[in-house]
Amino acid sequence: MNPWLILTFLVTLVFTFSTWLQPRAAKWSGGRESDHLMQVLLGDGRKILANHVFVQADVYFHSGYYPSVFDQAYTPTNSSHMTEPGHEEEPGHADGVDNQHETAENHESDHEKEMSFLKEPKDWIEAFGRRFMITEHKHLEAGKEREMLPFLKLSAELDPQRIDTYTVAAYWLSRTLGKTDQAEEFLREGLKANPRSYEILFELGRISYENRKDTARARNLWSAALDRWNEQEPQKEHPNLFALDQILVHLARLEEKQGNYAQAIHWLEEAIAKDATPSPDALRKQIEELKAKMPPK
Amino acid sequence: MNTIFALAGIVIKELYRRKDFYVLFVITAVITLIMASVNVFQEGKIVRYLKDICLLLIWISSLAIAIGTAARQIPAERESRTIFPLLAKPVSRWQVIVGKFLGCWLACGIALVVFYLFFGVVSGAKEGSWPILQYFQAFWLQWAMLGVVVAMVLLGSVLFSAPSANATICLVALTGIFVLGSHLHKLAGTQPAPLAILLSVIYFLMPHLEWFYAARERLVFEQGLIGWGDCGLATLYVAAYVGLFLFLTWLIFRRKILTTG
Repeated sequence: MNPWLILTFLVTLVFTFSTWLQPRAAKWSGGRESDHLMQVLLGDGRKILANHVFVQADVYFHSGYYPSVFDQAYTPTNSSHMTEPGHEEEPGHADGVDNQHETAENHESDHEKEMSFLKEPKDWIEAFGRRFMITEHKHLEAGKEREMLPFLKLSAELDPQRIDTYTVAAYWLSRTLGKTDQAEEFLREGLKANPRSYEILFELGRISYENRKDTARARNLWSAALDRWNEQEPQKEHPNLFALDQILVHLARLEEKQGNYAQAIHWLEEAIAKDATPSPDALRKQIEELKAKMPPK
Repeated sequence: MNTIFALAGIVIKELYRRKDFYVLFVITAVITLIMASVNVFQEGKIVRYLKDICLLLIWISSLAIAIGTAARQIPAERESRTIFPLLAKPVSRWQVIVGKFLGCWLACGIALVVFYLFFGVVSGAKEGSWPILQYFQAFWLQWAMLGVVVAMVLLGSVLFSAPSANATICLVALTGIFVLGSHLHKLAGTQPAPLAILLSVIYFLMPHLEWFYAARERLVFEQGLIGWGDCGLATLYVAAYVGLFLFLTWLIFRRKILTTG
């Protein structure tokens, strides 16, 4: 028999089997074929790696000054310090964000305490070793925040469910580096992986409001963020009040700018009623100021 | 002195005859260049991760070269029986040890110069600045640190039977120093009495090479220069340990019966 004929027959056979079996084989894997390579290779272990990579971004944010595994008690407990720029005053917003500044300062002071892990050296070896180590606690600034980005991107690829990664990266991309499109795109990726995340919706709203100047869209996004927060957080033992404070104060600021003083007062009152703010007196003062601006009935 | 330099010269020639250095350099260069080509949010000025990876690879490569070169010096001379004609000449055993040490250390220095030139070109091109003094300080401290590694491995080569065992044990010991070095006394404080004393003794006896690794981190995070006085003291500290290890090596080697089997 002609060997070419046999070869043609075998090629046809394998091709036919392939087209017939491929759709079935796709079902065997439970739809995992579209997963990222990392997920296929590492499984759930990638989440541990993602955490390590995110911590590395934090190490970079602190310019290498970071507690080691032997100073675990001093490791920062959350990532809120990664989105708090020094004491920048936003022009035109100083009055409306007193409360937020106070909150940020409280967080900063807590963070300073967290990071004071270097005690007095116990012996000459430790004292001399300090001269080589990084012993100054300072955060990246003046555009150098970009140095964290490779780790945040990798962390998101390893664990798409880690929300901090998207919000921290988008915060710096849009605020300091002027990369609004990239920030929004990254947040959209995050929202696709975490459709119920109020943090990502809040950050998208912030981009719409501060960078795109699209008030209507920002209002919608922040309202959606508030809805998500109300769905998930109130029933928790320790709800994320910091996030609620941010959403409500930003909504209030937006309404104030639009001249909707009654709505702005409503959001600030909600922040006080839900104990979201650490400084209710500052909000009460703002409410009084807004009431004074309202036209008489 | 000429004898020592002649012995050192042979070790240096061995470095460029063998392929270890070339392979490690190519791996370092390829990984660094691939990482440099990664597009992160279309931000071209990101450089610290690249410096971090490149310096990490340089540290790993230089340790591999130092351990690999030093571990096989004396065993290879015994294996090929060249130690006998060598010692039959007017070459004393201490000269062999010092010559081997000097050769290995200089070979590490030559390799480090090439690695740091590559590092300087890559990071300087991406960063747009050339902090030459910082590069020099990082290079010098790393090279000085490698002196202790080479001396330690030479001591191991007269203690342990096979180069592979020596290299493995030295690698484990060095990893322990880099990871636990500065924390051993903290660990000692949490342990019961006999173990705490043992850990404290180890802490005060071992060479604290982790200081030199910290210089690498300073370079990555652009933390400025270390005081030159401190660098000088660190160099003296390293020299003391090199002296100690070489003396111990000579003490063992001078009475060692040299056989090939």
